[in-house]
Amino acid sequence: MAVAARKTSGGGRTDRGAAAETAVDPAVSEVPANNPPPFTEAEDLSAYHEMLLIRRFEEKAGQLYGMGLIGGFCHLYIGQEAVVVGMQMAANEGDEVITGYRDHGHMLACGMDPRGVMAELTGRRGGYSKGKGGSMHMFSKEKAFYGGHGIVGAQVSLGTGLGLANWYREDGKVALVYFGDGAANQGQVYESFNMAELWKLPVVYIIENNKYAMGTSVNRASAQTDFSKRGVSFNIPGEQVDGMDVRAVREAGQRAIDFARSGKGPYILEMQTYRYRGHSMSDPAKYRTKDEVAKMREERDPIEMVRKRLLESHKVGEDELKKIDAKVREIVNDSAEFASHDPEPDPAELWTDILVEVRA
Amino acid sequence: MAIMTYADAAKAGLAEEMRRDPHVWAVGEDLGRGGVFGQYGGMLAEFGPERISDAPISEACIMGAAVGAAMMGTRPVVEMRFSDFALCAIDELVNQAAKARYMFGGQARVPLVVREPIGMWRSSAAQHSQSLESWYTHIPGLVVVCPSSPADNKGLLKTAIRSDDPVVYMEHKGLWPVEGEVPEGDHLVPFGKANVLREGRDVTIVSWSAQVHLCMKAAEQLAKDGIEAEVIDLRTLWPWDKDRVLASVEKTGRLIVAQEAVSVSGFGAEIAATVSETLHGALKAPVKRLGAPRIPVSYAPPLEDKARVTADQIAAAATALVGR
Repeated sequence: MAVAARKTSGGGRTDRGAAAETAVDPAVSEVPANNPPPFTEAEDLSAYHEMLLIRRFEEKAGQLYGMGLIGGFCHLYIGQEAVVVGMQMAANEGDEVITGYRDHGHMLACGMDPRGVMAELTGRRGGYSKGKGGSMHMFSKEKAFYGGHGIVGAQVSLGTGLGLANWYREDGKVALVYFGDGAANQGQVYESFNMAELWKLPVVYIIENNKYAMGTSVNRASAQTDFSKRGVSFNIPGEQVDGMDVRAVREAGQRAIDFARSGKGPYILEMQTYRYRGHSMSDPAKYRTKDEVAKMREERDPIEMVRKRLLESHKVGEDELKKIDAKVREIVNDSAEFASHDPEPDPAELWTDILVEVRA
Repeated sequence: MAIMTYADAAKAGLAEEMRRDPHVWAVGEDLGRGGVFGQYGGMLAEFGPERISDAPISEACIMGAAVGAAMMGTRPVVEMRFSDFALCAIDELVNQAAKARYMFGGQARVPLVVREPIGMWRSSAAQHSQSLESWYTHIPGLVVVCPSSPADNKGLLKTAIRSDDPVVYMEHKGLWPVEGEVPEGDHLVPFGKANVLREGRDVTIVSWSAQVHLCMKAAEQLAKDGIEAEVIDLRTLWPWDKDRVLASVEKTGRLIVAQEAVSVSGFGAEIAATVSETLHGALKAPVKRLGAPRIPVSYAPPLEDKARVTADQIAAAATALVGR
């Protein structure tokens, strides 16, 4: 009965599955018209190194997952490297970073030890969380990285609290709160926007629009796909940024961070980016065409863009880039080697870190 | 010693901690005008709006922001107004606050106090009357506190604020005007230490929060009939003073657990199971649980009352256990 009723009354609706049939989603290939100032050679070299480290690290993590050394859920950041690297170039030391579960790139960009991150992925003693957190849950107060959270959108209210603590302590720091286009549809995001603007908290909300909320494209999941407008009714300024161009990210990031640090309140940056891999390692990403991914890799790859600039504009030699490549591979291989041989956690760890005073 | 109400005792404890430590601050809806039960009355004048902070009606964000601010080293006291409302923020409390320390390998601390008033109170009906303490005892990483007296409400709140763990602090709405002697100054009540309110040889009655007062009333009735009940106020449900309860039941051989909450899957079941597992041979009678039936709380007073565990019921249960 219920099924029949839905069929007859549903004539006015658009077919919600239709967008999935489109070969290349038009929203995917749109690029915001940012025109950022050029990087110096040193800046491009630094960005190249940082982004390459994330990419190679993630590729290695993918391999270790395939070998069964990494279990659980493992979300790779490949394709999105320019976002966190550009933002970190704009941030001050001590500005806090918090994100969801696609967090490896953020941790590396915050300067966390690749060995400690990889060893957490393999669940070893030397991992940042001593093997108790895994891919989605790491933390480093020293590097101002506040996790690593597995519930979609929850880091937005927590991150607002980081800004609240900055405001409370008047320490001049800004909280950088990362979440995706999928998390942008969670309710607590808007509670957070309201509170942050009401109290003029020093928070930059960075919406990493990688075009897919798990397996659902932005057009099929979001009524308003311009995420920079999501703060309009709270009077929070926002802008769309070419998140594949590290220069555009750094420039917009600087503007947003300066705004927040000066006491004017929060700022929203929608980073138009793209993830090359599936949502997690267990996702074959059949909801999009191979052409769409190939086109993005070919035309918009954040690392290739910098590499090209280094070779053509800065006249950096291939040899020098090869040296960077080799150095990055060495760091990544070392982390994998460490993470493969570091001992597994002692069973006694099971009972530590639950409460200050542990009582069975 | 001063005579104070349960509400004022907590206020005194919070104010002392805020004077002692500038990192302690409170956040919630309508705190500036004193909170829904007046338990923050007058605090705005002393501490200012940054530390007695009026938040929008956004429980999830209040809790989430407090968790973030706690991870940064401040010590927020979150007011949820009613334990029922805190369910809007259950993700932030259960998935974030309770897990952070463990899943980050001990690197994160969440020194957070969440005040969640519980209990039936003057026809508050189904969505403002629940006693949900047992939910939180099921979650590793949370401390659960249920004070029954003004002195404990000061001493336990001060301990909760100084704790580096997230504490779910459940005051009973019916107890706000109850008066009692409250020690002045640094009165700290430790977690996990039960309060034996009355010693007795015949039957052990374990309870917490407002129900404790009904247990004491029942014990007085029983004494007139020559039955000596030992009444234990757990004070904190996690950690709970298992040793003290077991020692008492070993002596009396009989146990009643009395709670205002729904009996099914209530914390009384945990106590009953623990005693049965540990002291089966020493029991002279089966363990008795008293609690609310598994129905939502009603509005109309005669219906609301039907869900209450009364002193008469407790006394009758004790008499039956003792076999008189």
